[in-house]
Amino acid sequence: MIVLEKRPQPSKAWSYATPLVAVLATMVFGGLLFAILGKNPVEAIGTIFWEPLFGEFAFYYRPQLLVKGAPLVLIAIGLSLGFRAGIWNIGAEGQYIMGAIFGAGAGLAFYPLDAFYIFPIMVIAGAFGGWLWAMIPAFLKVRFGTNEILVSLMLVYVAEQMLASVSLGLLKNPEGFGFPGSRNLQSYDSAHNAELIAGSGMHWGVVTALIAVIFSYVLLNRHMLGFHIRLTGEAPRAAKFAGVNPARLILFCLGLSGALAGLAGMFEVSGPSGVVSIDFNVGYGFTAIIVAFLGRLHPVGILLAGGLMALTYIGGEIAQSQLGLPAAAIQVFQGMLLFFLLAFDLLTNYRIRAARSEVA
Amino acid sequence: MDLGEINPVLLVASLMVAATPLLLAAIGELVVEKAGVLNLGVEGMMIVGAISGFAISVETGSPWLGFIAAAIGGAVLSLLFVVLTQVALANQVASGLALTLFGLGFSALMGQSYVGVKPPSMGDIHIPVISDIPVIGPILFQHDPILYVGIALTAAVWATLKYTRVGLILRAVGENHDAAHALGYKVIKIRVMAILFGGACAGLGGAYISLIRVPQWTEGMTAGVGWIALALVVFASWKPWRALLGAYLFGGITVLQLNLQAAGVAIPVEYLAMSPYIITILVLVILSADKSSAPASLGRTFHASH
Repeated sequence: MIVLEKRPQPSKAWSYATPLVAVLATMVFGGLLFAILGKNPVEAIGTIFWEPLFGEFAFYYRPQLLVKGAPLVLIAIGLSLGFRAGIWNIGAEGQYIMGAIFGAGAGLAFYPLDAFYIFPIMVIAGAFGGWLWAMIPAFLKVRFGTNEILVSLMLVYVAEQMLASVSLGLLKNPEGFGFPGSRNLQSYDSAHNAELIAGSGMHWGVVTALIAVIFSYVLLNRHMLGFHIRLTGEAPRAAKFAGVNPARLILFCLGLSGALAGLAGMFEVSGPSGVVSIDFNVGYGFTAIIVAFLGRLHPVGILLAGGLMALTYIGGEIAQSQLGLPAAAIQVFQGMLLFFLLAFDLLTNYRIRAARSEVA
Repeated sequence: MDLGEINPVLLVASLMVAATPLLLAAIGELVVEKAGVLNLGVEGMMIVGAISGFAISVETGSPWLGFIAAAIGGAVLSLLFVVLTQVALANQVASGLALTLFGLGFSALMGQSYVGVKPPSMGDIHIPVISDIPVIGPILFQHDPILYVGIALTAAVWATLKYTRVGLILRAVGENHDAAHALGYKVIKIRVMAILFGGACAGLGGAYISLIRVPQWTEGMTAGVGWIALALVVFASWKPWRALLGAYLFGGITVLQLNLQAAGVAIPVEYLAMSPYIITILVLVILSADKSSAPASLGRTFHASH
């Protein structure tokens, strides 16, 4: 018989090792899944993890890593602050959509004016849109004690309807021959979030994501507010005695994660995507939850996890076109990763021991 | 716009159909939460139930076997939640989210070959005389059998929680797991049973959407019903009959907005379609003032250290 013994302190070694063990376990079980689907598991895993980095067409895929990774990291950094304090914003997908709508809307309002200040205004508008959307659950939680998990999630569905509404109405391209979707921001220079170095995949969203990582690291390790966030998560009672203001923390964590998700949406719509359309959102807001946990809610970890998750996205697309692996298989693969991570986390907080035979 | 086209009898009858998936999922989650566990994976278990039920009933031609498969499918997925939260003692919120993300992907994978397929129909019950009473007949006595299963389940859960020893133990575990453990009750075992029951109910609710309500399979077809069911449990203050009332209320809103869309009301379709979610938020706000009825150990991990 084995028993679990709670460690006096979480194991440092295991907290670094669990993400790696989880990735390995996901590769094994993912390979098993691919084998069941009739694909060669070694080839499929190889295609997903090797091809985008070192394959024949890696020059094309490597920039894509930045393009896909940036929104994931940007959103996950915001989420991780709240998750650390036990504030669960799971509606990042909605905030991402609202950021895109606000950002694109601000840009299109100036069309066809050509001016340097348009893009900065769009950035602010995008962050504001996401912030506003996240302030709804934040305000309701602070004022009425409403569960932020359910409210933020419900608002994802509302945002999706908003997206449908604006791409068919308010922001619809007047010269689009009646097709849904806005004007393409890529062909509107003042509003285009273009690559900073051509062919590198590096756009303003990537830069912002890196700044967010540094900001979050400094906040958590060097600032009182970051200390309060960690304290609230690890010892809520101690936080209360230390005079942490929970309402302020909720407003800050939800607001910041909303603004970052809004920024991610804005950079996406003005850059890689270009158009506000019904199928604009592809689930970054939800995948970012996996990224946040896989990165152990630590800024540097999130950066690495975001890269890994971007890799599975791109590798998944390659496997889809080369091996005919269904798109949903990659979604399952990503879901599995979170499962194994949570399961192996047991080893961080508990020690597994053989029980001594004694009278129970 | 022609509101006269909306037939009130049909509206109420379809309201009950729209409410049933919500009711089934909410009753399951209610039992889970009464045992002190917060399983946010309802949406994932529903969608897995929806595809398992759909696939089995298409393959066998029997909707009944489909519903049994859906219950098993939901329960099997909830078994993953059991492993994470009761064995590996992981955070319940994160584990529930994992369940939903995994379930959505897994169902999409399983359902690929079933898009556009028509499932076998279950058929409505027809009791001579009673079913033919005008107004009351079509509203109350001309539905599919699962709808009545949902109502019966509500009554059974209510009676079990209120009058039986099992119900008392379940509530004790949910209110104070340490005290329940000290009294010699198997906290983990009881919670595992509750989670599996919740999974089976959510699976049934999902299959009700794919086999009766819609009926066909599309990716992500539960579209937040699982999350609304979670809100419904709060709305119901953890009381089964209030869950029934709430489910009918939400079912009513869904059906009404669909009818208004069809009738061509001047409100844009998108705003009508977002109304159930907004109303869920409003209801949560109104009811969140009173938290006294929530099980005291809700969401807390239990680990017997001695």
